[in-house]
Amino acid sequence: MQESAIGLAFGLILRGDANLLEIMGLSLRVSLSAVCLSLVLGLSAGAALATTEFRGRALATIAVNALMSMPPVVVGLLVYLALSRSGPLGWLGLLYTPTAMIIAQTILITPLIAALSRQVIEDLYIEYKDQFLSLQLSTAQQIKALLWDARYSLLTVALAGLGRSLSEVGAVIIVGGNIEHLTRVMTTAIALETSKGDLGLALALGILLLGLALLVNAILSGLNLTAKRQAYA
Amino acid sequence: MPEHSQQLTLNDVSFEVGGKPLVHRVNLSLSSNGATAIMGFNGAGKSLLLKLMHGIVQPSAGTVLWGGQTSTAEHKLAQAMVFQKPVLLRRSVKANMDFVLKQRRRPDTTLRQHLLEQVDLLPKLRQPARLLSGGEQQRLALARALACKPAVLFLDEATASLDPASTAIIERIVAKEAQNGTKVIFITHDAAQAARLAQDIVFMDAGKVAEYSNANTFFTQPTSAAAQAYLSGQLYVEHNDVGRSEIKPSDIGQNQITHSAPMDTLGEN
Repeated sequence: MQESAIGLAFGLILRGDANLLEIMGLSLRVSLSAVCLSLVLGLSAGAALATTEFRGRALATIAVNALMSMPPVVVGLLVYLALSRSGPLGWLGLLYTPTAMIIAQTILITPLIAALSRQVIEDLYIEYKDQFLSLQLSTAQQIKALLWDARYSLLTVALAGLGRSLSEVGAVIIVGGNIEHLTRVMTTAIALETSKGDLGLALALGILLLGLALLVNAILSGLNLTAKRQAYA
Repeated sequence: MPEHSQQLTLNDVSFEVGGKPLVHRVNLSLSSNGATAIMGFNGAGKSLLLKLMHGIVQPSAGTVLWGGQTSTAEHKLAQAMVFQKPVLLRRSVKANMDFVLKQRRRPDTTLRQHLLEQVDLLPKLRQPARLLSGGEQQRLALARALACKPAVLFLDEATASLDPASTAIIERIVAKEAQNGTKVIFITHDAAQAARLAQDIVFMDAGKVAEYSNANTFFTQPTSAAAQAYLSGQLYVEHNDVGRSEIKPSDIGQNQITHSAPMDTLGEN
């Protein structure tokens, strides 16, 4: 049975099964959107934590670090409560839509990006601080320069966020509902198809997911290599 | 910036951390042109004093005045600093120069070419700055500081651990800048370098100005015990809170004493 499932999986991939491509497309759409939003929010928070002094900064840093390990099902549950009909944002009618999944994943990934980028930016800021003060740079100019100079490390952070997003299942299944042709993504489809015994489709999605993970890591390694060669890392 | 604005005055300037004074009640009035060297033992507070003068560290007490006024944004924009360890952006040589030129609203390729030519780095325009040698990195840091067209140039041991060729290039440029009216304030442990470049010397000891005098006077007739010990190559170590003890070479063996430059090799200033 397993041999036939593997054969079926490769068959689906090689002939470009429409269902498979649709699920993969939605996965990428949700994950990339969540990563983009998280980059805006997370990099802003990370840069602010790294470069500004304020009361409670240490506490905020601990909180952001702690939120990194937030369980996806808890995030899913909270977003569900907020978006359900009786919830405060129920009037938006977003529950069981890709938008709800993007919101849940954004909440999940933002602390990861904020915490990792804070560390990267702070390390660089310690090195540059006196020079920036000497040049009389404004905070905005400083952050712009730091983000640019840390770009390779920050791309690694972004790809780590994408990896987490693509492999996440707990939050998206709660707020998305795993509805066929609407909110079914790779991870939720794998869980469902396995429980139904349709191992061919589940395996095909698993292979594609692994392929995506490999691609992300290959890009990461290539970037790191380029950065080190240019002494930009 | 008018020349009188290069006139630096420090009034009772102190800086302390956790109640421990690192710079203590410094009173100084430096000439508005030429080069001033700050010398002293390690940990004497030289770098901190330089940062206080430049305004990148704020004093715990006292005032730093430029031309009789507290430092303004205009004063600070007319100053530049080169650090002991060059702080270069993770970019090319060209991008490092352009960053400062753009920030000072001088997107001037001629000035960039001229400055890089001066520090002998024009052929390395496209190279990543961090792949340059230590001497080249420091020369780039100096060129970048000069791109600010500073009226006051601070150098914190800018030639420490550099080869003679890089040191010579930096000294030549610094001397030229001082001649052209830029006020240069630099830290050095190299007495010969101080004698070559500086018109006056500030000697720091344990966070205080132990001596401030004309370079010739300082090298031939230092008045403070600390400066005498420093110039004669004697080690000076902290002795509790009540002061310092002197250790003579004979106490620990001559070979453990570092002479930055024997007095008889010092050139006339």
